[in-house]
Amino acid sequence: MPGISTASLPDIVFMLLFFFMVSTTMREVTINVRQRLPSATEVQKLEKRSLVSFIYIGQPRTAFEALLGTEPRIQLNDQFATTADIAAFIAGEREARDEAEIPFMRTSLKVDNEVRMGIVDDVKQALRRANALNINYSTLTVESIFD
Amino acid sequence: MGRVTPEIPSASLADIAFMLLIFFLVATTMDVDSGISRILPPMPDTDQPDDDQQIRERNIFTVRVNAQDMLLVEGQLENLQNLRDRAKEFIANPRDEAHLPEKVVEEVEYFGEYPISRQVISLQNARGTSYGMYIKVQNELTAAYNELRDELSMDRFGRTFERLDASQQAAIRRIYPMRISEAEPRQVGGR
Repeated sequence: MPGISTASLPDIVFMLLFFFMVSTTMREVTINVRQRLPSATEVQKLEKRSLVSFIYIGQPRTAFEALLGTEPRIQLNDQFATTADIAAFIAGEREARDEAEIPFMRTSLKVDNEVRMGIVDDVKQALRRANALNINYSTLTVESIFD
Repeated sequence: MGRVTPEIPSASLADIAFMLLIFFLVATTMDVDSGISRILPPMPDTDQPDDDQQIRERNIFTVRVNAQDMLLVEGQLENLQNLRDRAKEFIANPRDEAHLPEKVVEEVEYFGEYPISRQVISLQNARGTSYGMYIKVQNELTAAYNELRDELSMDRFGRTFERLDASQQAAIRRIYPMRISEAEPRQVGGR
């Protein structure tokens, strides 16, 4: 019995490769806080990804627990931060964009399910002070939230 | 014709492609970013005194979530499952009841003279409320508006709100404007 021809194997792999290249986006930051996002039904997609800045809030991952404890922390870009750093972060994000696009910028809050609202309220107040008023509570999409 | 150049062996092509494939698998993410969008109110101007806009009690729908994730709607304990229907009832005030919001007749494109309810939903959370609960409440309130908008647009245009054109959507947004007001955060009830 002749062996199966593997001449088409590269073609198949290339097809897979192109699929992944097209349908995914590059990972930009390493997320150091736990992220189990809440789910919601009434979600909207974020339109222009290049105009979105992300704020991550959650318990530090196990590797950082010895250093930072288990209280929820804010992560901006690649670093842990406090609410005082948000104004500078927003200013930096604005600097990186075209001036005409600034009004369309949005801040996506990626917050862990079990975080208490206190820290989220503080972040929202900081965003209001920085005049970054468009926000988005990042969620997963589900059919029903009652299961 | 001189010498025949030997073909480049292509046996390793698959390996190279696999390597690229694995690189992309590791270095990229597939998640689509989606969520509930909101616009925060601007910080109040400290120089200007409050213009003290009094909103009448009947026009406000108070939703409170405490640190134990319990829900208080208009002063009564309520299940999350009922929140959507209660909010819809309040926003639309279908039977023009006296304890639900008053309506003001305004001229709206496509609808002519239409009574618009002066509803405001006031949402308050404690610092100890869990984020999951907060999102659920936000989701239900958004759903109430979305369902009312869809019902109205099915009624008038025979299509869901999402499939309307911009001016039709604007007309419906004028009838059911999303007014979810969040109280200035303050320390209530501890952690």
